[in-house]
Amino acid sequence: MSPHLVDIRLTVNGEPVNERVEARKTLVDFLRDDLGLTGSHIGCEHGVCGACTVRVDGVVVRGCLMLAAQCDGARVETIEGVSDTGEIADLQEAFEKRNALQCGYCTPGMLLTAQELLARGGVPDRSAIREHLAGNYCRCTGYHAIVDAVESVAETRSKG
Amino acid sequence: MKIVQDMPPVLSALDRPNSYIGRSVPRPNLARLMQGRGQYVSDVVLPRMAHVAFARSPHAHARIRAIETGRAKSAPGVIAVVTGAELARVMTPWVGVLTHLKGIKSAPQHALAVDRACWRGEAVCAVVARSRAEAEDAIELVEVDYEELAPVTDAETALDPGTPVIHPDLGDNLTFERRHEAGAPDTAFAEADEVVEATFRFGRHTGVTNEPRAVVADWNPGEQRLTVYHGTQAPHMMQNLFAKHLALEEHQVRVITKDVGGSFGIKVHTYADEMATVALSKLLKRPVKFVADRIESFVTDIHARDHRVQARVAVKRDGTITAFEIDDLTGIGPYSVYPRTSGIEANQVVNLTGGPYTCPNYRALARVVFQNKNVMCQYRAVGHPIATAVTEGLVDLAAMRIGMDPVEIRRRNLIADDAYPTSGPSGIRFEQLSHHASLDKVLAMMDYRALRAEQARLREKGVHRGIGLASFIEVTNPSAAFYGVGGARISSQDGVTIRLDAQGAIICHTGVTEQGQGAEAVIAQVAASAFGVPIARVRVVTGDTDNTPYGGGTWASRAAGIGGEAAWQAGKALRANVLAVAGSILQAAPESLDIRNGTVIDRETGRERIGLDEVARVAYFRPDTLPPGFQAELMATRHYVPRAWPFAFTNGIQASLLEVDVETGFITLLKHWCVEDCGTVINPQLVDEQVRGGVVQGLGAVLFEHCLYDERGQLLNGNMADYLVPMACEMPDIAVGHVVSPTADSELGAKGAGEAGTAGAPACVMNAVNDALAPLGAATITEMPITPSVVLRALGRV
Ligand code: FES
Ligand code: FES
Repeated sequence: MSPHLVDIRLTVNGEPVNERVEARKTLVDFLRDDLGLTGSHIGCEHGVCGACTVRVDGVVVRGCLMLAAQCDGARVETIEGVSDTGEIADLQEAFEKRNALQCGYCTPGMLLTAQELLARGGVPDRSAIREHLAGNYCRCTGYHAIVDAVESVAETRSKG
Repeated sequence: MKIVQDMPPVLSALDRPNSYIGRSVPRPNLARLMQGRGQYVSDVVLPRMAHVAFARSPHAHARIRAIETGRAKSAPGVIAVVTGAELARVMTPWVGVLTHLKGIKSAPQHALAVDRACWRGEAVCAVVARSRAEAEDAIELVEVDYEELAPVTDAETALDPGTPVIHPDLGDNLTFERRHEAGAPDTAFAEADEVVEATFRFGRHTGVTNEPRAVVADWNPGEQRLTVYHGTQAPHMMQNLFAKHLALEEHQVRVITKDVGGSFGIKVHTYADEMATVALSKLLKRPVKFVADRIESFVTDIHARDHRVQARVAVKRDGTITAFEIDDLTGIGPYSVYPRTSGIEANQVVNLTGGPYTCPNYRALARVVFQNKNVMCQYRAVGHPIATAVTEGLVDLAAMRIGMDPVEIRRRNLIADDAYPTSGPSGIRFEQLSHHASLDKVLAMMDYRALRAEQARLREKGVHRGIGLASFIEVTNPSAAFYGVGGARISSQDGVTIRLDAQGAIICHTGVTEQGQGAEAVIAQVAASAFGVPIARVRVVTGDTDNTPYGGGTWASRAAGIGGEAAWQAGKALRANVLAVAGSILQAAPESLDIRNGTVIDRETGRERIGLDEVARVAYFRPDTLPPGFQAELMATRHYVPRAWPFAFTNGIQASLLEVDVETGFITLLKHWCVEDCGTVINPQLVDEQVRGGVVQGLGAVLFEHCLYDERGQLLNGNMADYLVPMACEMPDIAVGHVVSPTADSELGAKGAGEAGTAGAPACVMNAVNDALAPLGAATITEMPITPSVVLRALGRV
């Protein structure tokens, strides 16, 4: 059985990427194994936990539910990229101050998902924050500190 | 603004100038993790690395007649296909028993099943390939000829004469049994005004660490050394076990533990598939990687709980509790897990039941039985949630029976705060607890009276709120009494080495490990405070058996209390060494000097004398200028183990406010409180977050999490969609408060805090649900998880 191969061309964190991938390879495996971007994590590989969260063409998606082959022509952003551009620096600072991560395994996905909410503007209340983060599982923190951190950034951003 | 910059320090006798103890210092390793620059074992890639996948038994119990590997071997990318019999030539089997659990027995367990598979999911054959995908493809081609055997799945009948014995050599399916009796329980029950009985059932659940178990093993025949990158809580324990079962010496094995994506007690055991991976590396002479996928995790990560406890309590009309009695039965799968055994949880249930109360009469029976399901072992707060739910459930039932408020019955029976040192009903010894202070504090935090008034008001409108309380005790800082005395090579002591670098910063090497709880921050805070440098000048090294003092790692809430004390002592020792050098340079008596903020000063006046960089420069580069015969020692190591008390018990109380929808059975958690006493608080924020994270794991246990098996031993919901874990939207805000009773066993006085949340949350939610439903004439709920259908059944609606 020879695996079906597909050529893809995309940008990942702003850099052009040309690769030949197995058709069955998921986006998160491609990012981790082929590009060495190990900040996107794998928690379930069936679309529930949110550890694999990345952005494709500006939209938050699950890297385990999308195939690399589907990303031909796409603009993919990972935690490494949004960290380097400084886009979420304030959110990261709030997470650090509030100890909103323990093992950190859920954190890249959590940050990207929180950023999606914050980008809508305004100050969501705690239950709206909890609702928005419901698809990102954290086994360590109990979520309270994460909600605190996101809330504080929403407040700061809306003032400034 | 929800972020408090720095919480007020908790006062301790340790306050040195510029002390970091009691301050919410941020953890040093967070930025890395937040930028996606962590180094989890799943991320490790080595040259020539191969990947292993396992064929796993689809049956709960089956004889393996034959394994046909030919087709798999010729599949693309396959490097080797190895059966249990073949791997047994490289790795010896193990038996999970400890001598201090009298009579505990188990059968030899192999890295890959040989002849017989004993649970659905047990690995029977390994395929090593260039990629995980190719290994999985080839697994499909491994043909295993199974002869199905009758599975033993129900713990209740595991000991019946008609039930097959899983390991015939053992004679029966009884793993372990413990009986305990104190005082005169029969008399107490006979003389009680009321006796209340209930049967409590605790569902099997598991840890669901976000990062599954992962290991990369690298046997280098050139060096005759094995390096194992391992997501474990206990690197030195694993070093011993890898060496022992591969017939190596310990110095030939290096275990490296970098970032670990959640542990909670899941990653402190010997897993057959991980042992197989290590053995395969030895066999194939190249690095082999295994990362469990989520489906494998559900059928192989240790499960926990699954206890059935028949219990009763004797109470006088004035509220005095006079006796507890329990009969605990738990099924632990086909093997007692190595090396900690699967007898500890039941043993803890016996130890901890009734623990917060003054009650001299107690009888307990605990039986642990084999069955053909996945193995069970120690998961966060081992035994605590069970003992606490049984105890607190009974206390509430007793209060209800005699018409007393749940607060009042606790006030009457909780051990008085001035009664210490004392013992619990099972004979466990308490140095200093604070049940009453904790109760008062939680009642104030929640405004108990106002909540009761609101509850009554809302009830008239058809809104059913419940308020539940649960006092608890928690085992932390274990001494050798936990495992060492039973013959396990699991270190209860831990060490810290601190070295002054050539610019006056310090590097701390410690045997405790970081699992996200903040061990590195705690070690840094303590070392900075004891030695006298700004925390930015401290680096902490953990998780490497080649480069850290021998130690136990992180489990049973020991990192801060034991590792922290070792850091304190090592910091003091290095300070004395550095002051000896400084004294010699300055021609001053070392006792007249101190180190503050990275500078050597006059102890009396605070006048700055010499920088640490200068001390280091002289000692490292111009030792010729020091007096003849004087040798600077700029590295100090200290070890610590609690000696006066076998365990540092802590205590606390939790409270839950929730609402039950009596039409649908859905429970909405509105708010949760926890007051706990972990002695000296080194970092208030880290303690609070440990408590909150633990609470939510307890909330998962009481409301959602359940490994559902059918009678054939098949796990029915082994995936993340069907096995429910708490999500952000279902969880309440959690208020945390502290009472501080330091342990005098150490100078620091810190005890652990990692189990507290998980210990008490299930009990207080159960009590709150019953509080909500009781006025509706519902049956008392004593099973977990409390799903909507359990609620509707209690209400008689289904
Ligand atoms: S790994 Fe993609 S959602 Fe869990
Ligand atoms: S911090 Fe560990 S899973 Fe969220």
